[in-house]
Amino acid sequence: MCMRNRVTGVAEKTYIEAIRDGIREEMQRDDRVMILGEDVGAKGGVFGVTEGLQKEFGEARVLDSPLAESLIVGVAIGAAMNGLRPIAEIQFQDFIMPAVDQIISEAAKMRYRSNGDWGVPMVLRSPFGGGVHGALYHSQSIEAIFAHIPGLRVVVPSTPYDAKGMIISALRDPDPVMYFEHKRCYRAIKGEVPDGEYTVPLDRARVVREGTDIAVFSYGMMVHSSLEAVDRLAADGFSCEVVDLRSLRPIDREAIVASASKCGKVLIVQEANLAVSVASEVAAIISEECFDSLDAPVMRLGGPEIPAMPFSPPLEQFYLVTPNKVEAKLRELAAY
Amino acid sequence: MAMTRTETKARAGLDAETLRLMYRHMLRSRLLDERLWVLNRQGRAPFWISAEGHEAVQVAFGMNLRPQYDWVAPYYRDLALTLVLGMTPKDHILSVLQRADDPNSGGRQMPAHYGCRRLNIISTGSSVGTQLIHACGIALASRMRGEDAVTFTSIGEGGTSEGDFHEALNFAATHKLAVIFLVENNGFAISVPWQKQMPTQDVADRAKGYGIPGVIVDGCDAIACYRVAREAVKRARRGDGPTLIEAKVLRLTSHSSDDDQRRYRTSEELESDKERDSLLRFKATLEELGVLTAADADEMRAELVIELNEATEEAEAAPLPAADTAMLHVYAEPGDWRG
Repeated sequence: MCMRNRVTGVAEKTYIEAIRDGIREEMQRDDRVMILGEDVGAKGGVFGVTEGLQKEFGEARVLDSPLAESLIVGVAIGAAMNGLRPIAEIQFQDFIMPAVDQIISEAAKMRYRSNGDWGVPMVLRSPFGGGVHGALYHSQSIEAIFAHIPGLRVVVPSTPYDAKGMIISALRDPDPVMYFEHKRCYRAIKGEVPDGEYTVPLDRARVVREGTDIAVFSYGMMVHSSLEAVDRLAADGFSCEVVDLRSLRPIDREAIVASASKCGKVLIVQEANLAVSVASEVAAIISEECFDSLDAPVMRLGGPEIPAMPFSPPLEQFYLVTPNKVEAKLRELAAY
Repeated sequence: MAMTRTETKARAGLDAETLRLMYRHMLRSRLLDERLWVLNRQGRAPFWISAEGHEAVQVAFGMNLRPQYDWVAPYYRDLALTLVLGMTPKDHILSVLQRADDPNSGGRQMPAHYGCRRLNIISTGSSVGTQLIHACGIALASRMRGEDAVTFTSIGEGGTSEGDFHEALNFAATHKLAVIFLVENNGFAISVPWQKQMPTQDVADRAKGYGIPGVIVDGCDAIACYRVAREAVKRARRGDGPTLIEAKVLRLTSHSSDDDQRRYRTSEELESDKERDSLLRFKATLEELGVLTAADADEMRAELVIELNEATEEAEAAPLPAADTAMLHVYAEPGDWRG
């Protein structure tokens, strides 16, 4: 599933360290890689993903941009077309909106509209997700907007191992990759990360936990919430399979069909609201391909249909998809 | 009466050969443009969006850039510019007829959405203003490699109302990038006159806010355009940063083949524009300078018409794209450009 080269050792790392390691190593290997975004330089980004990189690689390769998202992405597009491998950092996924014209009208269509003569080998990194008292404009999960668009790749690593391997793969991919980081993963999620160079594919889901009774499909932080809930059910003798989708476009149909067919019952878990979302797509694939294998209706769990996550703790908690909510839904499905 | 070489150069600042070549480029674009309108009106081409009235300033820049080394992020009226840089009438007829071999897009985009890998003309879409920011990224990459390549980008005055116009100028000026911003101001954003688009008449005034030179040039005066282009390219190449140039041009046709400007412009205005046509004016100047006779001009036209007829014939004989190729190049295919 992954390509390993020159891996010298393994260390326990946080998710945020793993992203930074991947970027730093790729910048050392490839002088075409550069970063631009708000506060990415001396401050190292508001979450600290790019900490220390400007000191190591200089101001030209780690460029503090003005507060202008269309510019950040548009400059990355132009630089990519002229031979660089830029990483455009959008400080919060919520602020990507002014850049949507550059992403959807330009980056996503460049290869297609030029009949293969041009392309945009750029990576757009952005944190998403709630549960950090970020309120409406620092908590959103709007990945489905981009997962809808042919020409883009959309990935969401959930582990430090994948975070590093996928940022390296993204930087080597010839097409635009939207690389979304759940901000609660940054410091809460730790795991083993090989020291050297390795890649993780950008189009494959991963079975995180094998099981036979219920298939749980998820991505990002919700993979961890799902695992916690699944562990509680295991104590009662229910065997759940947990699949980390990792890539939302292209989505790994084969892996979805395999696990859904095997278990016969399906729960899809995401933090975003459900209407016209990644969960909708997974459910549609299962209804198209696994009709004869299903033992229960496909169930989905996600955020409520409200514009975004509110600030006050009871309101924020109401929005969040917690292990308790996943557990309740799994028990409902198990009893069906 | 014909002047000597020195006299011509003293008067125009340009030698006779350059002046004749400039006229030839302008005429070549105009004849192609007229042919594309004919194809449209005959029902053989569904759409055209013209450069008529914009040629002089485009030719001036095209002749001062280094094709294949410098970079160009154009907009949809830059027909003449693309021809000077090395695209051909056939390239554009293939596009208008939606043929598979159209080098701009393989028949995928509407005509006048220019792009040519070989000539560093980046592919352009229909969103207005995005290309100005791409130009900044291109210039940044050139600088990082230590190259003195110049990036040229253009837009109509209508597009200067977009936020991307500000974002691009602000960034290019802050980082002193080798970008030339050309605003081809024809006074209309489709049907909306400049008075309803902006509070002051001169877009170039906005350069002050970015601390860069803003230059206004009469886009109907080919020689003046050439001088301005030469200076802006020199300035960018020697590392002195961006220039905002505003060429006051005429839109001699409707916005596009789907528009009829008689609905929102007076016939007197349209007639007076025709009399101010840069092509007529430049021809008269060249005749006065003695670098072009009426016979020279006729001969030039005859040659260009032959080229155009051949190009039309070849493009019409070229195949349309096969339907199943619609699925290609969503992501990189083998053989695609990969960076």
